[in-house]
Amino acid sequence: MSERALRIGLPILVLVLGLLVWDLVVRAFAIPPFVLPSPGLVLSTLIADGGLLWQSLLVTLATTFEGFLLAAVGGIGLAILFSQSRLVEYSLYPYAVILQVTPIVAIAPLLLIYLPQPLAVLACAWIVAFFPVLANTTLGLSSVDHNLIALFELYKASRWQLLWNLKLPSALPQMLAGLRIAGGLSLIGAVVAEIAAGSAGAGSGLAYRIAESGYRLNIPRMFAALLLLSLAGIAIFFALSALSHLALRRWHESAVKRER
Amino acid sequence: MSTPGSDIVSLRNVGKTFERGTVALDGLSLAVRDGEFVSLLGPSGCGKSTALRIIAGLSAPSTGVVEGPAGKIGFVFQEPTLMPWADVAANVRLPLKLSHKDDAQSHAAVRQALARVGLADFANAFPRELSGGMKMRTSIARALVTEPQLLLMDEPFAALDEITRFKLNNDLLTLWQALRRTVIFVTHSVFESVYLSQRIVLMTPRPGRVFAEIAIPAPYPRDEHFRTSPEYAGYCRQVAEALGQAMGGAP
Repeated sequence: MSERALRIGLPILVLVLGLLVWDLVVRAFAIPPFVLPSPGLVLSTLIADGGLLWQSLLVTLATTFEGFLLAAVGGIGLAILFSQSRLVEYSLYPYAVILQVTPIVAIAPLLLIYLPQPLAVLACAWIVAFFPVLANTTLGLSSVDHNLIALFELYKASRWQLLWNLKLPSALPQMLAGLRIAGGLSLIGAVVAEIAAGSAGAGSGLAYRIAESGYRLNIPRMFAALLLLSLAGIAIFFALSALSHLALRRWHESAVKRER
Repeated sequence: MSTPGSDIVSLRNVGKTFERGTVALDGLSLAVRDGEFVSLLGPSGCGKSTALRIIAGLSAPSTGVVEGPAGKIGFVFQEPTLMPWADVAANVRLPLKLSHKDDAQSHAAVRQALARVGLADFANAFPRELSGGMKMRTSIARALVTEPQLLLMDEPFAALDEITRFKLNNDLLTLWQALRRTVIFVTHSVFESVYLSQRIVLMTPRPGRVFAEIAIPAPYPRDEHFRTSPEYAGYCRQVAEALGQAMGGAP
């Protein structure tokens, strides 16, 4: 069997086995659906509640996407600013770290007090997602080949030329790695904020549906919503991996197939 | 434009002390004439690369005076120093792009530079697809694309295998004779410096300064015959002995 077939086939096999065991356990011990629904029930709930859950998914995804976009722009922008001015870097970097290390679950309720709810959710998605973009891009911008910098100096390149023609392309692999992490994190940020907001009695995102279903002991719908969230996370990860691969496939070792 | 025979660059009593207190150069004096092929030869740590970077303006001397070079400079590093995200043509075009030449103007210059180093068919290859020798050729093409008066080369072939190095030595001499630019070539190989240069500047370490200057009056073109001639072996022995003295011990 080829390497590729194994990489795709084995996880699917594990999934099928897992579902079988799950289903068998539910049947064998006659576990009621409000404790643990069978995989089949989760699937049929997903279909039956499809319209409602789909609407909620779109809300959550919109927040995630906006948070991600802001994180990308903010993270890359701030990293560029840092690379241009040491003073700005020294002044602001510690606060970026503080923003990152303070647990988002603890910040969300505060944000919900000060900001209108959709904006607070967006702010949460942004806060958790922007740091990996900032940290990785900063690393990339500061690890440019010194001889290439000397070459640009020799030809009297302007700061702008140095940034655009050398530093940014050179930092692209790290930048994309940061974005790939940020994609998953912005979904987490959106979910955390929605749950915090949901307990305050507002919201219509997927995480809010999970919280709401929990109060109503609608466990199959909780599972269905959770499944959708996971699928959304997987889709985001693959989309960003594909983007990274497309951008780097011609030149970066990480994306080039090794010849044997 | 300098006339042939006049100095294109001269260093007088140049010293360089790095921030951490290392004295790389002390009292280095050196003049290079227009059109000349000069090698800076010495053991590692003798400041020959530092001297080259000072000539290029990449590093400022702590003491002393540097005059010139007036015209354009091409620089070839020890590593090929190519941008991995750009293909060969884009790498060679870089100096023109940085001086805001438009694509149409650059195109012909890039093609000519690539043809000179024998890479005309590899314009669209990426650096990672090239061998070590071809990467170095790309680097040389990039240095030549602005048609510089002065070509500075910092141990460009040190990391290559001997077969590739000999080939590139021959090609470099052919280019030098065709273009008649000034070349300052840094190396730690006695054999390479004798083969290539009209004049060898022997440097000693700690601190870096000129120990001796040795002329190699053998006529050009120099080729494989020269490389295996007794004359060549004689020059090599002479330079190796001088190097031995410079190192302060028996050769």
